Amino acid sequence: MKLKQISEYIWEIPKQGDMNVPAIVYSSPSLLESMRKDLTLEQTKNMACLPGIQRAAYAMPDAHQGYGFPIGGVAAFDMENGVISPGGVGYDINCGVRLLRTEFFEKDIKKHKKALLDEMFARVPTGVGVGGSIHLSSKEIKQVCTKGAQWAVEKGFGREEDLERTEEGGCLKPASPANLSPRAMSRGSGQLGSLGSGNHFLEIQKVVTIYDRKTSEAFGIHSEGQILVMIHCGSRGLGHQVASDYIRLMENEIGTRGLPDRQLINAPLKSKLGRKYFESMNTAVNFAFANRQMIAHLVREAFQTITGTSEGMEQVYDVCHNVAKFENHKINGREAKLCVHRKGATRSFGPGHAEIPEAYRDVGQPVFIPGSMGTSSYVLAGTQKSEQLSFSSTAHGAGRVMSRRQALRSFRGEEIKRELETKGVDLRAKGWRCVAEEASQVYKDVDEVVKISDSLGIGKLVVKADPIAVIKG
Amino acid sequence: MNVKYKFLNHTADAKFQAYGNSVEEAFRNAAEATANLMWSTKKVKPRIKRKVSITGKDREQLLVKFLEEILFLLDTDDFLLCSVKELSIKKEKADYALEAWFLGDRISDESEIFGSVKAVTYSEMIIEGNDHYLIQVVVDV
Repeated sequence: MKLKQISEYIWEIPKQGDMNVPAIVYSSPSLLESMRKDLTLEQTKNMACLPGIQRAAYAMPDAHQGYGFPIGGVAAFDMENGVISPGGVGYDINCGVRLLRTEFFEKDIKKHKKALLDEMFARVPTGVGVGGSIHLSSKEIKQVCTKGAQWAVEKGFGREEDLERTEEGGCLKPASPANLSPRAMSRGSGQLGSLGSGNHFLEIQKVVTIYDRKTSEAFGIHSEGQILVMIHCGSRGLGHQVASDYIRLMENEIGTRGLPDRQLINAPLKSKLGRKYFESMNTAVNFAFANRQMIAHLVREAFQTITGTSEGMEQVYDVCHNVAKFENHKINGREAKLCVHRKGATRSFGPGHAEIPEAYRDVGQPVFIPGSMGTSSYVLAGTQKSEQLSFSSTAHGAGRVMSRRQALRSFRGEEIKRELETKGVDLRAKGWRCVAEEASQVYKDVDEVVKISDSLGIGKLVVKADPIAVIKG
Repeated sequence: MNVKYKFLNHTADAKFQAYGNSVEEAFRNAAEATANLMWSTKKVKPRIKRKVSITGKDREQLLVKFLEEILFLLDTDDFLLCSVKELSIKKEKADYALEAWFLGDRISDESEIFGSVKAVTYSEMIIEGNDHYLIQVVVDV
């Protein structure tokens, strides 16, 4: 595909054919190389063909092939002519990242590390076919889906202040569980408070570099060697079923004719079905917020049991990276309400934005970009510049470059575990196979991804942290 | 036809082709391929069975709903698929209807589940053939 280079890290697919707007790819020559190897660029172009899309279709630096939208795709639609697409959100609705900071240092944790890891592994249900710590009645699940993280806090899983430090306060409205299918509800009923599998993880990290001390201190991260805990998971079977259900409802009601890709099925934002999807998606968003809230609580309990205290284990923030939301953005100099889809992309509101908790308002919203197993993760801060460049969005992770099959042929789980141990990283996982599938070599270079984000100004580097203990789902 | 299905490379997700001398056989093999992304169907004993009855507005939708049944039964019933029996597909007015029996077992401490499938997608989907059928599916893992 022909791309026009605009600047060092900005490439354009000029408007052509059925595109309503141009497509913009934020990348470097080396990352662009891997994007060209699969359908990333075609899928970015396809987003630009959807009705009511504003300004441009965007691909973040970690973009890779998805279904419908690429993973790492951002698109915003106007309320009048625009659409909402389950394929623009993804199956794992509100997959996201939560970060806890602690007052522990690497030296305090060292002797406890293995015991802590075992305790967390025992407390946080992990893996496929493994349910959550509690089973919910259908009445309870509706409450979870309506209230989100608030439900978990009310039940004693966590602290009130966690909610302020969660995107949307841990609850998206309006959420109507009445629109959920019985199938979605039953898939979710046994899975709350569980990590799941695949690329989901729970990690103890140590701060290795602080790039911006003023911002990091606002986030509660003050020293090299300080211990952080990162949680990456989503809405489990409930969210997957909501996506599948609404793709089908849209197919049946609207039809698939004229779509460049059936996974791009969508409904007008003004339509009843579009509205219903939005409200159902919100229930899955809330389920995921409650899920991470419960896991964070289980992590604190594990620290309490092993070290004798969980004091200072405050939540830095919790971000969604698979979601569609209504936000105000400037279009041709005018403020407009848009439906912003972020599929494998993180919101990055800059300093001063009213949606950011007061404690962070001067420095910008915390953004978390996890690396792959055994590699660094990053804390960034949202920027005002991202408003113009990407509807306030940045990358969400490393992005895969190698298929799971290829990974299984190339790596052995046991060897990877040993390799990690020599680097000082302990690992617990349900099986060797998922360890091999998630080997760090199958991912893009996360360092490059955050470098581009920082250089472009869509997310500013604040902290780099390395894993010391990992639980894989 | 000897090969029932074949896994192909796909960057982020899992992709397979399933074959059959009839569309029914290809559907059965697609179910086996999907299950084998998560557990080894060879290691699951056919101790219990579950009836599957679904409809779809076209064959693609029917296939997605059919394969999704495996994920649904795993999440809600701890059911591990071993094989698919008595699968029939009928065209009824505007819709396609599928009936089948899933044979398998409940998850136990001995079950080894090594992978997850979140959802069945339409991405790169192929259902084609007359004498020999080819089905291609990408699943979100």
